[in-house]
Amino acid sequence: MATILEKSGFNPDKKLKIVGSSPIKHDGIDKVTGRAKFGADMYLPGMLVGKILRSPHAHAIIKSIDISAAEKLPGVKAVICRDDFPEIKAGSADGDMTRNAMAREKALYDGHPVAAVAATSESIAKEALKLIKVEYEVLPHVIDPVEAMKPDAPILHDYLRTKGVKGADQPTNVVERYELGIGDVAAGFAEADVIVEREFDTKPMHQGYIEPQGCVASTTEDGQIELWCSTQAPWVYRDRLSNILKIETAKIRIQQSEMGGGFGGKTGFYPEPIAIQLSRKARRPVKIALTRNEVFRATGPVSGTKSRIKIGCKKDGTITAAEAELIFQTGPFTGSAFTNAPQAMFTRYALKNVKTVSYEVVSNRPKVNSFRAPCVPQVVFGVEGVIEELARKIGMDPIDFRLKNAATEGYKTIYGETFGPIGFVETLEAAKKCDHYRTPVPPGQGRGTASGFWFNRGGETTGTLNIGIDGSVTLILGTTDVAGSRISISMMAAEELGIPVDKVRAVMADTHSLGFNRVTAGSRTTFSTGMVIIDSARKAIAELCKRAAGLWGVSPDAVTFEDGYCKPAGANVGNFEPLSIAQIAAKTMATHGAIAGHSEMNVTGAGPGFGLHIVDVAVDQETGRVDIKRYTVVEDAGKAIHRLQVEGQFQGGAVQGIGWALNEEYCYGKDGRLENPSFLDYRMPVASDVPMIDTEIVEIPNPRHPYGLRGVGEVPVVPTMAAIANAIGQCIGVRPQSLPMSPPKLLKLIDDHKAKK
Amino acid sequence: MSKKYHVTTTVNGDGYEYLCEAQQTLLDVLRDELQLAGTKEGCATGDCGACTVMVDGTMVCACLVLAVETDGAKVDTIEGMAQGDKLHPLQQKFLELNGSQCGICTPGILIAARALLARNPDPTETEIRYWLAGNLCRCTGYDKIIRSVQAAAKEMRGA
Ligand code: FES
Ligand code: FES
Repeated sequence: MATILEKSGFNPDKKLKIVGSSPIKHDGIDKVTGRAKFGADMYLPGMLVGKILRSPHAHAIIKSIDISAAEKLPGVKAVICRDDFPEIKAGSADGDMTRNAMAREKALYDGHPVAAVAATSESIAKEALKLIKVEYEVLPHVIDPVEAMKPDAPILHDYLRTKGVKGADQPTNVVERYELGIGDVAAGFAEADVIVEREFDTKPMHQGYIEPQGCVASTTEDGQIELWCSTQAPWVYRDRLSNILKIETAKIRIQQSEMGGGFGGKTGFYPEPIAIQLSRKARRPVKIALTRNEVFRATGPVSGTKSRIKIGCKKDGTITAAEAELIFQTGPFTGSAFTNAPQAMFTRYALKNVKTVSYEVVSNRPKVNSFRAPCVPQVVFGVEGVIEELARKIGMDPIDFRLKNAATEGYKTIYGETFGPIGFVETLEAAKKCDHYRTPVPPGQGRGTASGFWFNRGGETTGTLNIGIDGSVTLILGTTDVAGSRISISMMAAEELGIPVDKVRAVMADTHSLGFNRVTAGSRTTFSTGMVIIDSARKAIAELCKRAAGLWGVSPDAVTFEDGYCKPAGANVGNFEPLSIAQIAAKTMATHGAIAGHSEMNVTGAGPGFGLHIVDVAVDQETGRVDIKRYTVVEDAGKAIHRLQVEGQFQGGAVQGIGWALNEEYCYGKDGRLENPSFLDYRMPVASDVPMIDTEIVEIPNPRHPYGLRGVGEVPVVPTMAAIANAIGQCIGVRPQSLPMSPPKLLKLIDDHKAKK
Repeated sequence: MSKKYHVTTTVNGDGYEYLCEAQQTLLDVLRDELQLAGTKEGCATGDCGACTVMVDGTMVCACLVLAVETDGAKVDTIEGMAQGDKLHPLQQKFLELNGSQCGICTPGILIAARALLARNPDPTETEIRYWLAGNLCRCTGYDKIIRSVQAAAKEMRGA
């Protein structure tokens, strides 16, 4: 299987007609008219309402579950609990997955599903939940990761032993110890003139998608399952559902709905296996739409972290060594993707001596799920604080300090990749040149900057391009469109085929209609699916040339394709009028069959992304309230396929980061129950909290992609909290080291700082 | 079975009659009984604005209104915003300027923005931001939403 286009055909001088413009996205009309169907918007005849009973305890043994009274309530069609799921060994990947979907031996967090009901109405379903009797033996719980690492901490899983530690034979909450480094940090620090070492902590935040998970499952009498759901990963869901429910993949057909935001939070399933099991028992379609309370209590927040970061540099700004100790809180099961953090946290600086030790720790809170650049923004919050502090200590402009240490092509990263052409230097230079950075900081405000990196990803991807009899084109895509990938991919198809983008339409396939597609995550979709569709277009073009050759009675290599037309390759081929795609389709489809291209790849060649954020803030010294006055995102997109979409990614990521920086956190009571499971108490940024977000798109092409694209979804949130903290530090004289930087915390910082003076 | 109540109402100019339970909200009924699923549920507690609709000309969160309260009322939802083939200028600008990313917040924001422009045809950026402060969007960072509303307002003023 190909992993990259043999010849990407990347040509920086090629005049592009469509790529780089901003046409109206084809799926937009459904979104502005209310037609777009999201997870909860599917209605089937005879459909039942599914509701989930959840544990009120953070940690408890489930001694018994009695569903008999609920089953007898008129209108109830199915009741399920752990007994309705196949037994799978605890501690395995599938064992974790099934236990997260439905508690087995223990309830491991407030909100953990313990039973579920399908009934003819919502009120009956809710009534039935009250009739289910669950007997718990409540256990001590632990939520804070540092507490969870202590020897006397309540243990979540008796079977857990720390991976990466020789001879670990005691039950523990530490899933893994992961060490990663290069060079010799002791020697590096010995060379340093200045060393800064700080400790940081960050709180879990929620992805905050506005659409709660919603799905409809139906099962036929012979056991074939159809699932409609809001997901970033239809194929991954299918394969995992197959594993935990013991159903062949060919009998599970998943159709993705429109997705009302995911940001990583819809890469793993929650109500879907429950809806399936209910529909199998009831033999009726079952819809489950989570409530916001359920979303907060039981779906994917990000990891909270503790970190210690130490960096040393010479007087001229050269960083000589960097060291970090990182602790990542996951939920009751592993899966935080925490190894991203040590790999990415310093990557963008050409460091020779780095040492990192990272721990992943289970705790009694919902299983964490991905969020833009999983686990990286939390630690960059610390790294970029230390970077700015060092720069100021040696009297260097913070961007110049970064330039001094910037990685360039040929640098071998800590995770083994050697960089190809990258745009970090250009990003920093663009930041220095932009109006925001050149404007003096207004009186009373503070300015902070911070930079970030994300690998960008490829992975398994499949797609098909079909040419219609009139020369218009349809695309069959599998990777979920989270923010406009359909239009960007349609634009690349149109560019290849030399036709207007309006002649292209993309549909989202169900899992029966295409081969495996990896999850939409890691900024891989426009890149990878774009690659697959370009490959498909090129295959279709080869076929078009063959057809034209047939019509002209010449050999196929005597035909070239240019700007939507097959033309004779040279004067001596003969004097033939160029044929458009539509003409060839009309003339040959009836006789020679459809013209299409299909491609599957395990895409490699993603180009790393870099960004730099600039923010001005004002802090109310009386209340600790922070006002974001001005914000600029500078980021290398490689090539912006659809400029407005790219800007939207930058802006959306930054504002999510503003929420994470200033307000968002999970508050747990002493009983381990979540105290703020609503949008009222979990405060995400609203329109009046933020200014316009300025954007600077840098374009240093990734030559391994035909149009040079990198991927832009993750980087925009990576530096945000660090940049804001740095700005606040300039305002109040002390740089915060703990998230969120909420008014009471900042006020304390301000008061403590004043007291010290 | 809970007792059901008979409700007669007008939605987007069409007459409807339905039976609902006392605790069902207007949002529940619009979506689950009338299958007008363009109005979205993000929270059901009045905190996200995804369910914004007009009841007798007043902007409300449909999740905070009981369906029985709307007996005899005139309800307007996103499904009634375009006139035939003609999109409302707000819809058009949200398309052109990418005011909608995932789109889940879009119906509520469009209804709210239309209500704003009806009372204030020339709002400042700050006025737009405060008016829309009850409508959460997690995708866009609001920038392109505000610009779309500004552009639509300008066009509607004929400026
Ligand atoms: S669903 Fe009504 S305000 Fe959120
Ligand atoms: S566009 Fe996704 S929530 Fe607003």
